[in-house]
Amino acid sequence: MATPAVPPSTPPAAPTETPAAASDPAPAPAPASVSAPAPAPVPAATPAPASSSDPAAAAATTAAPGQTPASAPAPAQAPAQSLPGPALPGPFPGGRVVRLHPVILASIVDSYERRNEGAARVIGTLLGTVDKHSVEVTNCFSVPHNESEDEVAVDMEFAKNMYELHKKVSPNELILGWYATGHDITEHSVLIHEYYSREAPNPIHLTVDTSLQNGRMSIKAYVSTLMGVPGRTMGVMFTPLTVKYAYYDTERIGVDLIMKTCFSPNRVIGLSSDLQQVGGASARIQDALSTVLQYAEGVLSGKVSADNTVGRFLMSLVNQVPKIVPEDFETMLNSNINDLLMVTYLANLTQSQIALNEKLVNL
Amino acid sequence: MASRKEGTGSAATSSSSTTGAAGKGKGKGGSGDSAVKQVQIDGLVVLKIIKHYQEEGQGTEVVQGVLLGLVVEDRLEITNCFPFPQHTEDDADFDEVQYQMEMMRSLRHVNIDHLHVGWYQSTYYGSFVTRALLDSQFSYQHAIEESVVLIYDPIKTAQGSLSLKAYRLTPKLMEVCKEKDFSPEALKKGNITFEHMFEEVPIVIKNSHLINVLMWELEKKAAVADKHELLSLASSHLGKTLQLLMDRVDEMSQDIVKYNTYMRNTSKQQQQKHQYQQRRQQENMQRQSRGEPPLPEEDLSKLFKPHQPPARMDSLLIAGQINTYCQNIKEFTAQNLGKLFMAQALQEYNS
Repeated sequence: MATPAVPPSTPPAAPTETPAAASDPAPAPAPASVSAPAPAPVPAATPAPASSSDPAAAAATTAAPGQTPASAPAPAQAPAQSLPGPALPGPFPGGRVVRLHPVILASIVDSYERRNEGAARVIGTLLGTVDKHSVEVTNCFSVPHNESEDEVAVDMEFAKNMYELHKKVSPNELILGWYATGHDITEHSVLIHEYYSREAPNPIHLTVDTSLQNGRMSIKAYVSTLMGVPGRTMGVMFTPLTVKYAYYDTERIGVDLIMKTCFSPNRVIGLSSDLQQVGGASARIQDALSTVLQYAEGVLSGKVSADNTVGRFLMSLVNQVPKIVPEDFETMLNSNINDLLMVTYLANLTQSQIALNEKLVNL
Repeated sequence: MASRKEGTGSAATSSSSTTGAAGKGKGKGGSGDSAVKQVQIDGLVVLKIIKHYQEEGQGTEVVQGVLLGLVVEDRLEITNCFPFPQHTEDDADFDEVQYQMEMMRSLRHVNIDHLHVGWYQSTYYGSFVTRALLDSQFSYQHAIEESVVLIYDPIKTAQGSLSLKAYRLTPKLMEVCKEKDFSPEALKKGNITFEHMFEEVPIVIKNSHLINVLMWELEKKAAVADKHELLSLASSHLGKTLQLLMDRVDEMSQDIVKYNTYMRNTSKQQQQKHQYQQRRQQENMQRQSRGEPPLPEEDLSKLFKPHQPPARMDSLLIAGQINTYCQNIKEFTAQNLGKLFMAQALQEYNS
């Protein structure tokens, strides 16, 4: 059973300092990032939603010392090209869809709000599962890091510890990549991405724009691909991925409730009780119906052009109300109401019984 | 019923926990001054609890976790939480305390509130009033005055609206638990009925501005919910709840039988003692009249060993559980009646 414990006051673990010059990626992940996206098709590999390719292209840097070991497998690219490409190692066999749960985004925003003084952004690890067509990110935690003009220090020890702790609760979650708040991908992102490629094959990078540039909080995901001329130093480009939002049913209900704080003046809402909830749900349906009605009237008066698919939906909608013979419906309704009333009566009876029992015992 | 009056007080809190202001006024039904009058939860915590149950806790297993936050005047703010791994059989050497310490230490590094303010648990159809819960909450409240236990009901949530309730032990119950004396006399002295065991604290949900921005963003991007579970007329869960209720009532009746037997035995014993005493006195008088020394006084308690009174705590818990089931059932039927009348209106319009 959970027992309360007072947290001890121990000094934090020292972050692993890594100045930009001395990065030393193990050779194993390097081939992983090299194989199928061979240099020639890299520009063509950028998928259709190229709206965010501008920051991606702008972020392609050649952190030269960091990439020297990557040039070693460059001669190995010739044989890699000749292979017809088995399934990509790592999470992207070609689907290139990232499915996010809302809890991740809330977590990221919360850790951004709690960042240290002077830190411009926060980073953290993404956890989740991989399946054939997509990657589902279900959990995350933030990792302390220090960033300045010329160096980046990420506390990987901390990240490993947290991952171990999280694994105890959900053993199915793997490290999928990392996130950062902020608008752009910076040079330091490349380095951090490299750290993470040691932990996970082909990690994803997620950016959440908490500085609200363009008046929106844009959420984007990237994966890194190599680019450049074969035989020379390779650069890294972040190619964007499609982001979809995945919800469990209960999550959707939770998000709907939390969303209501947007409308209240001091951002506070209470939980509603039985009939209020029914009222709320019917109000929502009423809104939806009035939108549909408006559309129908618009079509009838000629203002809006009719769309056959919508018409078909409307037809099936109207036909969904079952046509029942009134007497049958009366009987059904009455028997249902009687059932419910009986159950209510029984519940009340039980409650009074136990109250009586309490009284008698205490005599 | 006399006890129903106080009962309606606590029922009012559970069914009318609307805005924080109204909740503060009604507080808890007649249970003195408690340290916490309102619980304020961040949206993030709600999402995390939902996620935890969804991924790790299918079936009748309960999932648990720790709540972190801080106390502001008479309000308990819960700002974050982390889950507890379940008790697996093969992990006997798993150290819960150590896990907790490590987690909290790590969270402190990223500036997350590390003050332990309570714990949460999921429940199966509303059956959470157990001895284990009582013990845990007692140890929490003993160590940290303002702690609460959040009960999350996933099945009710899946039916359409978030079901999250915060409970604390009443001060009276805390007293009794401290004594660890659960005999009938002690409970009578404390004047504890099953309605006064737990008090419900009203919950509000609060989000920061940035999270509100995120919500707007999500609303634009995510698809509209295509299932409106709340308006469905099915009452399959009612059957299950009734079954659980019946089980509990059976247990309760067994308990009552035990108690009755005990009472009967004690009264029989009293009678026997009385008779024995009378006989003794008579004999003594006879002896005195004959001039012989009276018989020595014997220790009556050794002859008639008093029966062990049955522990009353279990029956209190059962009564509390039955009460919760009944509340749930009534809420459910109220909603369904409303829905049925709506369906009727729809039909009348058609015909």
